Amino acid sequence: MADPRPHGSTAVPGGTTTAPAALEVQDLSSSYGPVRALDGVSLSARAGRITAVLGANGAGKTTLLRTISGLVRSSSGRVLLDGEDVTAAPVEAMVGKGMAHVPEGRGVIAELTVDENLRVGSLFRGKVGRDEFDRVYDLFPRIAERRDQPAHVLSGGERQMLVVGRALLAQPRVLLLDEPSLGLAPRIVAQIFGLLRRLVDTEGLSVLLVEQNARSALSVADVGVVLNLGRVVVTDSARALMDDEDLRHAYLGF
Amino acid sequence: MQYFVNVTLTGLTEGMVYAAFALALVLIWRSTRIVNFAQGSMAAATTFIALALIQDGQSYWVALVVALVSGFVLGAVVERVVIRPVEGGPELNAVIVALGLFVAIQAAIAIVFGSSFQSFPTPFGLEGFQVGDDRIALTPTSLYVIGSVLLVMALLVVLFRFTRVGLAMRAAAFGQEVARLLGVKVGRMLTLGWALAAVVGSLAGLLIAGGEFVYPAYMDSLIVFGFVAAILGGLDSPVGAVVGGLLLGLALSYVSGYVERGSALVNVAALVILMVVLLVRPGGIFASSTARRA
Repeated sequence: MADPRPHGSTAVPGGTTTAPAALEVQDLSSSYGPVRALDGVSLSARAGRITAVLGANGAGKTTLLRTISGLVRSSSGRVLLDGEDVTAAPVEAMVGKGMAHVPEGRGVIAELTVDENLRVGSLFRGKVGRDEFDRVYDLFPRIAERRDQPAHVLSGGERQMLVVGRALLAQPRVLLLDEPSLGLAPRIVAQIFGLLRRLVDTEGLSVLLVEQNARSALSVADVGVVLNLGRVVVTDSARALMDDEDLRHAYLGF
Repeated sequence: MQYFVNVTLTGLTEGMVYAAFALALVLIWRSTRIVNFAQGSMAAATTFIALALIQDGQSYWVALVVALVSGFVLGAVVERVVIRPVEGGPELNAVIVALGLFVAIQAAIAIVFGSSFQSFPTPFGLEGFQVGDDRIALTPTSLYVIGSVLLVMALLVVLFRFTRVGLAMRAAAFGQEVARLLGVKVGRMLTLGWALAAVVGSLAGLLIAGGEFVYPAYMDSLIVFGFVAAILGGLDSPVGAVVGGLLLGLALSYVSGYVERGSALVNVAALVILMVVLLVRPGGIFASSTARRA
């Protein structure tokens, strides 16, 4: 496997190759009924890095995230979170172990208000200070204006801000993001990716980002993992993947 | 005029009970998308438990508390054991299971407590208050009915609006998968929802039984009225269930009070109202603007 050489800040403690893997996926397989969706996928997402999982529709990207968080049960392989085997842990327990998963389609609970949506994200932590909510509202002033409105009035971009903010309130060490750019204007995608980059750089968060939009994902990511038909085709630094024209044409569509 | 006031007061009192029963149906529908047809016989079962205690010499209030607690337990057990296996499956499966449970519990009541008519006491009088020279149809018992339903509704509002458990229950009801990803123990919340709904349903059963005769099927008409009230309100809206219950109570009371031989037409009137609502406003009076997938 190629050595990931992140193009972002290299001043991460422990250097680039020895930084601990916050999330380690080993030989993971899972199926939807008779259809094998993941076939022995291995990857690692390090603290302070954005790892982008790329590939065509049906490559298994969403299934990979759903298997990691336990929504889909794996048939073989292991998932390690900071070295702890969480393969068999119930879905509900994952957020308490430090992993937040923002599912495809944004996962706003439309019937709850914006503020209630945020509060659900912190429920498992017990009592959470108001200042933490204020911090999320500071990051996303647009949802702050609508905090007491039902979440179904939000635009697509605001919904994405809400679910990212909600995930942050869970104080994860690993954040799984499924297609955050889907259906959003490029300006909003850039804004959200920029924010992710800041959080990763300043707080040592590890982000595993699933994207169909490979170009913008690689522009923010440190490491890229290309999936095809449930298998890892290549793992390399985001820059190297950008520069590999053949690979881009074959798997990433740009 | 006095007659109108009396008919209205009777309608409001009855409507409160329909509202409570409708509320129980709505609580379950919102969280599990199942119409709990067994709600009536579950409530009847707890009423008979209360009756057995009262006949054994216990006070009404002890019996009431025991009945509500057994409603809670019964609701939780039913969800865990009977409903959980069909949750998320084809809707028809859940309907059939709920109907089967309805029949099974009713049969169990008849086996344990017998199927004869037995009178159920009420802790307060059944004689109307004196206003001037007239006696109105508002009795201490009807005040007790209205007051206890209002109290339960207020407690539910506090639970759902202002507590962490209530927020977790709403999250589990409206976004199961997201709630699980955020650490909400969704299974536990659904069980709790069924348990609370069964408490509210049991309360309705106990209130409607007060001062009347009970038998294993005595809740059958209430489940029809409660269901119509819930549909009136949109089946998804607790406020709608309450308003629907009151409207239905008033409408049926006017039918029975003003139409010739009206008391025999009450059941028909309820079904006519149901049909009209479904034709004119299929989503119910309080249908929420956001369509939401089951």
